[in-house]
Amino acid sequence: MSKKDLGLLILILVVGAVVAIINPRFLLPINLANTSNLIGLFGILAIGQAFVIITGGIELSVGSVVALLGVLFVDFIATRGMAWPVALPLILMLGGIIGLAHGWLITRLKLQPFVVTLCGLLIYRGVARFYTADGTAGFAFGQNFPELEFLTAGRSYGVPNSFIALILIAIVMWVVLHRSVFGRYLYAIGKNEEAAKYSGIRTGRVVMAAYVICGVLTALSAIYFAMYTRSISPASHGQFYELYAIAAAVLGGFSLRGGEGSLIGVILGTVLLQELQNLVNLLGIPSSLNFAVMGGVILIGVLVDQQWGVYRERRLMLEATRKGAASVAAE
Amino acid sequence: MNYSDASIGASTIAPFLSLEGVRKTYPGVVALDGFSLEVRPGEVIGLVGENGAGKSTLMKILGGVTTPDTGTIIVDGVAHDGLTVEASIGSGIAFVHQELNLFENLDVAANIFFGREPLRAGPLRLVDRVRLRTLAAPLLKRVGANFSADTPVSALSLAQQQMVEIAKALSIEARLVILDEPTSSLPLAETDKLLDVIKALKADGISVIFISHRLHEVERVADRVVVLRDGMLAGTLPKNAINHDQMVKLMIGRMLKEREKAAESARPPGAVALSAKAVRTSAYPDRPVDLGVRRGEILGLAGLVGSGRTELARVLFGIEKSLGGALQLDGKDLVLGSAADAVANGIFLVPEDRKLTGILLDLSIAQNISLPNLPAHARRSLVSARAEAVTAEKQKRNLGIKAPSVATRTGSLSGGNQQKVVLAKWLAMSPKVMILDEPTRGIDIGAKAEIYGLMRALADAGVAVLMISSDMEEVIGVSDRIAVMHEGQISGILDKEQFSQENVLLLAVGKQPK
Repeated sequence: MSKKDLGLLILILVVGAVVAIINPRFLLPINLANTSNLIGLFGILAIGQAFVIITGGIELSVGSVVALLGVLFVDFIATRGMAWPVALPLILMLGGIIGLAHGWLITRLKLQPFVVTLCGLLIYRGVARFYTADGTAGFAFGQNFPELEFLTAGRSYGVPNSFIALILIAIVMWVVLHRSVFGRYLYAIGKNEEAAKYSGIRTGRVVMAAYVICGVLTALSAIYFAMYTRSISPASHGQFYELYAIAAAVLGGFSLRGGEGSLIGVILGTVLLQELQNLVNLLGIPSSLNFAVMGGVILIGVLVDQQWGVYRERRLMLEATRKGAASVAAE
Repeated sequence: MNYSDASIGASTIAPFLSLEGVRKTYPGVVALDGFSLEVRPGEVIGLVGENGAGKSTLMKILGGVTTPDTGTIIVDGVAHDGLTVEASIGSGIAFVHQELNLFENLDVAANIFFGREPLRAGPLRLVDRVRLRTLAAPLLKRVGANFSADTPVSALSLAQQQMVEIAKALSIEARLVILDEPTSSLPLAETDKLLDVIKALKADGISVIFISHRLHEVERVADRVVVLRDGMLAGTLPKNAINHDQMVKLMIGRMLKEREKAAESARPPGAVALSAKAVRTSAYPDRPVDLGVRRGEILGLAGLVGSGRTELARVLFGIEKSLGGALQLDGKDLVLGSAADAVANGIFLVPEDRKLTGILLDLSIAQNISLPNLPAHARRSLVSARAEAVTAEKQKRNLGIKAPSVATRTGSLSGGNQQKVVLAKWLAMSPKVMILDEPTRGIDIGAKAEIYGLMRALADAGVAVLMISSDMEEVIGVSDRIAVMHEGQISGILDKEQFSQENVLLLAVGKQPK
């Protein structure tokens, strides 16, 4: 765990302690379970985003994809009678195809990630609304999918299964990002894509793979979100989720220029964001201020991190100068 | 032998700039140790020294970026303990850096007057574009530019861009122009142009400090050569005593036995390894190139910048798609879709721009070396840091890379050591064809000799080596054969007995050799 991650963890614990003192309900099992469920849902989304950000790209269509794939998933299993073990991989595949299309446009046709995924944001939202004729997709009364519901919205020993899913995915993705050949390529490309290309790396394929991973993880979280809300109005479902994911990555120490950030960081970023949401509710802050609190904390976090870096550099310089002066004097 | 006395009294004109006993220390290093220097109006001073000799510190002091610990700087009769950036500019000291500071998206005139644009009357402070150009034109004429003030900088060659920098210096009425390695990226003919500009500056009474690793150019323009070694004045050579061997001797404190040359080839060249047949590149899409490099030889590729050498190298390495023609490796047809294909076939490139394309500055030495061959350093596609360290340690020993450890960040190494890391990553695999684009640019003499040695060792091991270089001494001293490119085509190939600067130059401008 890097120093940055450790700092973030301490911040999370301190904020948690303060909230718990002011409002002890923070520590109630029901509250912790709800919060960790949300951490699970948003965490899966944020990990996908992190893979794209590490390459120096950005994926803005995430929220709309959550809406579109959520609508499709509910429609497939509730109205079209598709068995969920068929619908689930199908949705994941659709997510992968969306990622592949974005990656292809970005790496082969050299479009800017911001532009491609901004168009995606608009397109998928529109398609989702058209698909349901702006109606709400949901389950009929009494319609049940016990296994699916257990896996997505259920709990094991009081721990939400969505949170457990996040932990499993995080472990796998940690290995991929920090230990695998592919992960090293991602960092190399994020740091300097030209130099990576000159080292014989097929940078286009690697970047495309990052968008596919993001698409698949987004699709998975779309299913989780759909099963959590159980009814989806495509005009608002998933709105701003891309920003939650990007915010989590930035809080977790990712640089939007690419090549920097850790998996633990993005998870901790998600935890902090959800903790803040919870804080707004528990401390009786008007929920309309929700976004303002989040924005403020992210800004302060990034500012402190940056200033801390400047301060440390200055101290190192001073120390080195003093040592240098001492050694010159000793001559 | 020390000529420092000889310079004094050579002229009675008051110096424009004089430094007295300037000392500057950095943590653990004495960068400049009691350095003194006088620059008279209209004098061209050649400043030479190996990397780390204190040249950059001296430049920083003159530019006002840093102040000396002790010593005095007298500019135009006014004594200072240290200069500020404003004082430096205000007293007429201008810099033309090795890395140019131009805005490629702006035109020439806008660059020359950047931040000092003539404005139109009125509260909007709009730029007066017409006057901008009329003001720029005479400056461009003075530096002998053959392009107009409204040319976008992106359309200019490197030498032309340097002319813009010099015009910029003239526009602030510079009285001392400091040129830091101006010719290191220039080919022969363009270098001549730049040296002419220096002579024109001199004729106008402007002083010049010319810093260069290319000693024969220093020989040609300098009125006096100042040699720095380990932060101290190693010696001063007056005009009549300037010669290559003396400079080298003062720079390194001894005579070089083998004068920056690679050893002679130990074996006769073998069959053609890599060949281009009627290949057309983006530089000259209508001109097919034919070139073959044989196993066991160092083939020098000379020519002017813009003659299409770099584009050819990029095509041979698969980074750039060829617009026609075919490649052959060991007699078999070769299709390269990407650099990855070239690497898979044992064709490696040491690119021209080390920091941008050669290495990843943020990665460690070990990570840079393993990058092109990462799967071989991994088990079940998980990277083994141990395997990486083993490979890197071996290369570090073999190439003599100077660094605390293989985990050191590559960005903190000197240019020569960075270049060795670029070489190391390819040497750790087994090269068939090694293409080196300006492999010793900005590298000091000691490291240069080592890199030449490595190239020769590669050739002797049967590798086909293709070296692109704009440094005449290097091309002639290192190559077994020299191919010269002119406007996108090979204008001729010289064998060892035909080697001469004149022949290379004639071919480079499209004429027949003697």
